[in-house]
Amino acid sequence: MEYIILLLAGVLFATAIYNLLQKQLLRIIIGTVLLSHGAHLVLLTMGKLKRGQPPILDENVTSYTDPLPQALILTSIVISFGITSLLLVLSYRTAKENNTDNMEEMRGESNE
Amino acid sequence: MSNLAVLPIIIPMLAGIIVAFTNKNVKITRFLSKLFSIISLLVAAYVTYEVFSNGSIILETGDWAAPYGIILVADQLSILLILTTNIIAATAAFYAPHSLNIKQETHYYYTFFFLLITGVSGAFLTGDLFNLFVFFEVLLMASYALIVLGGDKIQLRESVKYVLINLFSSMLFVTAVALLYGVVGTVNMAHIAERVAEVEQKGILTTIGVLLFFVFGTKAALFPLYYWLPRPYIVPNPVVSALFGALLTKVGIYSILRVFSLIFVYRMEITHEAFIWIAGLSMIFGVIGALSTNNIKLIIAYNIIPAIGFIIMGIGIFNQDALSGSIYYLIHDMIIKSALFLLVGVIAYVAGTSDLRRMKGLIHHYPVLGWLLFISAFVLAGIPPFSGFIGKLLLLRGALSADEIAITIIALLSSLLILYSVMKIFIRGFWGEKEENKTYTKKVSAGLIIPIVCLLTISVFLGIGAQFVYPAIDGIAEYLLDPQIYIDSVLKE
Repeated sequence: MEYIILLLAGVLFATAIYNLLQKQLLRIIIGTVLLSHGAHLVLLTMGKLKRGQPPILDENVTSYTDPLPQALILTSIVISFGITSLLLVLSYRTAKENNTDNMEEMRGESNE
Repeated sequence: MSNLAVLPIIIPMLAGIIVAFTNKNVKITRFLSKLFSIISLLVAAYVTYEVFSNGSIILETGDWAAPYGIILVADQLSILLILTTNIIAATAAFYAPHSLNIKQETHYYYTFFFLLITGVSGAFLTGDLFNLFVFFEVLLMASYALIVLGGDKIQLRESVKYVLINLFSSMLFVTAVALLYGVVGTVNMAHIAERVAEVEQKGILTTIGVLLFFVFGTKAALFPLYYWLPRPYIVPNPVVSALFGALLTKVGIYSILRVFSLIFVYRMEITHEAFIWIAGLSMIFGVIGALSTNNIKLIIAYNIIPAIGFIIMGIGIFNQDALSGSIYYLIHDMIIKSALFLLVGVIAYVAGTSDLRRMKGLIHHYPVLGWLLFISAFVLAGIPPFSGFIGKLLLLRGALSADEIAITIIALLSSLLILYSVMKIFIRGFWGEKEENKTYTKKVSAGLIIPIVCLLTISVFLGIGAQFVYPAIDGIAEYLLDPQIYIDSVLKE
């Protein structure tokens, strides 16, 4: 199971990089979203996926899931969610102000 | 007593929230922000005094014992950087009302300013690698808001690039922390260091270290990863540029210093050897960038890169002299970079342009600005007796004792070129005939000059008063060379 998830994370990373290298702003944002999904899957897999019981202290439970990656992943999801929404608004305004969503045209001159 | 460690994070955060409520009334907001930045500075000074007289303050948040909960570690290195941060924040709070327009001030500039300081202080204080990521995000979120404040066409365009590169490196940071957690099973830095030491950094650990270096290198703008830096740093208001130039890249370099003096120190032939090369290349390319442009703001922005090169050079050489040189240079550079950004902001404001080709003979109209720039250029390039000189002297002594001749030569040459690149502003912009047909009507208010003078005074003191400062810095270098002290102080074994 871990291998499948890690492969999936790898595919997500590859698609993310492909999208990040595009010229269209929206595609780049989709790339960053996919990238964060990949990173979160790696984080989740690092604590092992299925170990048995939930991490609640009990006499009968000997093998239980590692709770730390899940705490970390939650923090990270919230942060990337916030940044993605900010980025969407920012890109919308940028595309409107600059009259283009092509990164090639947003290079800027050398002295301004 | 250990609660003292959280104060440098809590005070700016509370200040940020309070000034958010008064944003409609600019006068009260200005007063409150000045008041809170002074309180924060005084508290930071007191905590620094405590740390230097009684040793590191370690706070286990929520009373969770060390490897399990999040800890805040106020050791001598982090508290000294927090003190410097607060000095810069206080000067920025006094400079801001004269530099920003009302619209920017009422659109929550002060809130984001304090949140930025919160994030920077938190990143310096935390003893937990994942928490470092969280504080990075706190300061980056504030910086996203600050960089776009005003909403010009150019600002929007550059901020998109800035957000994208930082988002990318943040996600790599999460991946690196995840991989490291998968190998060592902890995110507490002292605990990681202990476990990495047990296996002597075998196997994939060095790869993870290099991945972390890439993440921090992107934030710190090191040689192959600096391309994003100069432009986004010049588009916002000078006071925001000063905060960015002084603090953001330095948080990245601090993280490298922490991680590569505490955790990944067993494969120096791979990691630290590479740092020396990267340092040399950063110096060369940064200086070339600074020489290539006629935009005075861009000249200063490019000068961040060789400065980061100098600091990483000391980390790469990794002996007593070189490390204390790095720390000295780090503190020196935080202060002088913010002074230069503020100064160049004033010059661009009075000249009405930041293009050097359209300036001439400014010294006839603004002699004070001219001489301030002259002194700052000397401080930046490290002309004795100013502070840059002490840092560079220690760095070069460390480099020579480690037989790193090539980097010594590169460092000396790039110092000269740094001096030339800033002097160019003085020579081309301030010298020359008085232009009769051009009138300079803009007045420079004292509020713009006094913060710069304060920063320069501290900078000059760091050079002339080196005998008071050097023993403390030397102690920090000794402390960094032995990771066991940090591990023992955190895990209490």
